[in-house]
Amino acid sequence: MKKIWWKILAVLMVAGSIVAGLLGPVPELPILNETIRNVYFHVPMWFTMVFLYLISVIYSIKYLNTNNRNYDLMAVEAVNTGILFCACGLLTGMLWANITWGDPWPNDPKLNGSAIATLMYLAYLVLRNALEEEQKRAKISAIYNIFAFPIMLVLLYILPKMTDSLHPGNGGNSTFGDLDMDNNIRPIFYTAVIGWILIGAWITSLRYRVRLIDDKKNSF
Amino acid sequence: MKKYISAFLIFLMSMGELFAQGKIEMADGLRADGKIYVVVLVMLVIFSAIAVYLFAIDRKITKLEKNK
Repeated sequence: MKKIWWKILAVLMVAGSIVAGLLGPVPELPILNETIRNVYFHVPMWFTMVFLYLISVIYSIKYLNTNNRNYDLMAVEAVNTGILFCACGLLTGMLWANITWGDPWPNDPKLNGSAIATLMYLAYLVLRNALEEEQKRAKISAIYNIFAFPIMLVLLYILPKMTDSLHPGNGGNSTFGDLDMDNNIRPIFYTAVIGWILIGAWITSLRYRVRLIDDKKNSF
Repeated sequence: MKKYISAFLIFLMSMGELFAQGKIEMADGLRADGKIYVVVLVMLVIFSAIAVYLFAIDRKITKLEKNK
């Protein structure tokens, strides 16, 4: 993880998606107009968040298997970084919704689901701070995390699909992938997604390493 | 590390050149007239500042780890 090449790759991919995302050709759609370009910036935030929460769950499971404290620290830092991307996703989504749907927060299952999911992960951090004893904190929060992850996926990706939703990809709405995302968009979109996921992983690894140093200092 | 940063800067500068050429070719002009290139450069500046910042933090942490 300390190799530098993937960090440079991440920077180049995101920089490339900024250039190509603003200058490249996009489909001409009513209402959306040029805001379709938000696909390159708003959507990767959420993908990165889900990826980081997935990393967190994996490390929580690893912690429960091995009782290695470092795995617990990794799980927390992944959630910490994930919440940063979640906030970016929510804010950019609200800006976009205000222009295209006429309201920053229409009462939409996808949006409410994302709000609940956000609160769930904030509760994870609150739970951690509420528990004094180290081992207990690590164990309880790891179990909470394992339950929170599938619920987050259901709230964000399954429940909105079962009802009406304004958000693309939900409730009879086509995804950008089906209709609107033509082959000009796709490569730029995937570049942006992978680039941002790598950036997220990078920030997580930085936080984790700081945490390790901090931890070592405190334990002596 | 320095090598990579300078490589990235050269990449950025060559991107600038690309825009300049693109402007001439994009004679249909809608976006050129809209001055979107300015926005592209502004976003690139912001993002590269964040990237340089991350690299700097990364190096600092590596140094701290070696002091152990």
